[in-house]
Amino acid sequence: MSQPNDISFQNISFQYPQGDEWALKDVSFHIEENEWVAIIGHNGSGKSTIAKLMNGLLTPQSGRIHIKGLEVNEENIWEVRKKVGMVFQNPDNQFVGTTVIDDIAFGLENHGVQRDEMLKRMKYSLEAVKMEGYENHEPHNLSGGQKQRVAIASVLAIEPDIIILDEATAMLDPIGRNSIMETVDHVRSERDVSVVTITHDLNEVLFADRVIVMNDGEVWKEGTPREIFNLHKELGEIGLDTPFVTQLSNSLKSEGIVLNQEPLTHKELMDELWTFYSRT
Amino acid sequence: MSNSVIIGQYVPGQSLVHRLDPRLKMIMVFLFIIFIFLANSWMSYLVLTLFALLSVVTTRIAPSFVIKGLKPVWFLIIFTFILHLIVTKEGDILFSIWNFDVYSGALWKGLEISLRFFLLILMTTLLTLTTTPISITDAIESLFQPLKRIRFPVHELALMMSISLRFIPTLMQETDKISKAQASRGVDFRTGTIKERLKAVVPLLVPLFVSAFKRAEELAMAMEARGYKGGEGRTKFRELKLKPMDVWIFILFIIVLITFWILRT
Ligand SMILES: Nc1ncnc2c1ncn2[C@@H]1O[C@H](COP(=O)(O)OP(=O)(O)OP(=O)(O)O)[C@@H](O)[C@H]1O
Ligand SMILES: [Mg+2]
Repeated sequence: MSQPNDISFQNISFQYPQGDEWALKDVSFHIEENEWVAIIGHNGSGKSTIAKLMNGLLTPQSGRIHIKGLEVNEENIWEVRKKVGMVFQNPDNQFVGTTVIDDIAFGLENHGVQRDEMLKRMKYSLEAVKMEGYENHEPHNLSGGQKQRVAIASVLAIEPDIIILDEATAMLDPIGRNSIMETVDHVRSERDVSVVTITHDLNEVLFADRVIVMNDGEVWKEGTPREIFNLHKELGEIGLDTPFVTQLSNSLKSEGIVLNQEPLTHKELMDELWTFYSRT
Repeated sequence: MSNSVIIGQYVPGQSLVHRLDPRLKMIMVFLFIIFIFLANSWMSYLVLTLFALLSVVTTRIAPSFVIKGLKPVWFLIIFTFILHLIVTKEGDILFSIWNFDVYSGALWKGLEISLRFFLLILMTTLLTLTTTPISITDAIESLFQPLKRIRFPVHELALMMSISLRFIPTLMQETDKISKAQASRGVDFRTGTIKERLKAVVPLLVPLFVSAFKRAEELAMAMEARGYKGGEGRTKFRELKLKPMDVWIFILFIIVLITFWILRT
């Protein structure tokens, strides 16, 4: 490989030992350095399976996975886990330490980081997620969103090249979700890191550079959020929704009101609407 | 939660006892307990009692709070005392109540055993009152380090303890939630015979266990994802370092023990 991608899946097929169907069927895709990719798909379409394959929590029956040019196998697994940080859905069940600082320490200890270095990394990762001053708080005194921010801080402290968020915001309210997404966005502006978000939240998809749509264990489509949401009808057929803004502009279209560009966000919609209004 | 039971409950503070190295604190309590059972003269008991009282004062925790916290064991202490009065028949007869003779040996023996019991509970309570559970875990991990040679899983034990500590409040909250949910479905935990009440606990325990297992599974996955691969090659964030103050306090303690030894008969 000349220019190694951050993540590459080559013809991956995977079946759970107890499962009777293939969870993933011949899945291939690449994620580039510094890219933000959203993976969407109906329940059971294989999104979490992909995430767990990325850091060797599961091993595929066939195909190869490379992380930063490193093949994911028995031998490289600890190297890979240093490069891939993962945040799961339930904030409680990934909080290992008795306090915030201990939780961040857990990952650092696992990777054999020296104590002085730990202190440095703890400081900036707590700053990055705006949780300074919470060092000695215990998990049961934190809100779900705060726990999730700590989980992100723990991941940042490892200085990974790739951050995977597997429905990490699913248990949060809209404000909590937004603040997590902004945190990730902020981190990305400070250092090189690729982000993979797995989500059912359409607003979260809009943060991504690219979207991979999964359907029944297969890659159904890849494209920018705009390209994907333009396929509203097909998306509907595989059980996926489109954002309100896209729905509205489609309804407008069927009424004969054609906007210049398919809007994605509220702001774009507003702009389109007033320019449309002043044109007519 | 009940607030009359303080054994095993940490009271935050900045006193000398709070700041004492948890390893030394545990060793001191351990030695103290052994010495309680070696005491045999009233002078030696006096030394131990004075030291215990001095420790209580040093913690700056209100003595009334400590005494109240020992409530559940007061009964046991008094019970042992009375038991000795009845059972032991040594020495002279001091006095008799109704037809019952109380011997001087019994009084002495009863007082001795009750005092031992009291000191033992008092010192262990002080340990937990002034040391966070996580510090106790750290101390155990550090003190048991030599046992690694005989393949005793020291690190694993400490990790298990700290994870249990971390999940106790979470599971408590969950128990509360489930019991409310079941109560709203008509399960009655408060009234009825013991058998009925035990039966009512089943719909509480089953969901609690199911969720605890699910948590355990997810936690294991998350730990692995964060690079956990056992104790080997792991660094440690919490480090225990002896301060000069710790050493001085320990020397003082040893002097107390030597005095004690001299005053034994
Ligand atoms: N531990 C398991 N054992 C057996 N089968 C499993 C296991 N985990 C998932 N599966 C199956 O594998 C398929 C893909 O599951 P996966 O968890 O990847 O879906 P997902 O896209 O993450 O869904 P969701 O949106 O609900 O999180 C599903 O059919 C599921 O039933
Ligand atoms: Mg999933």
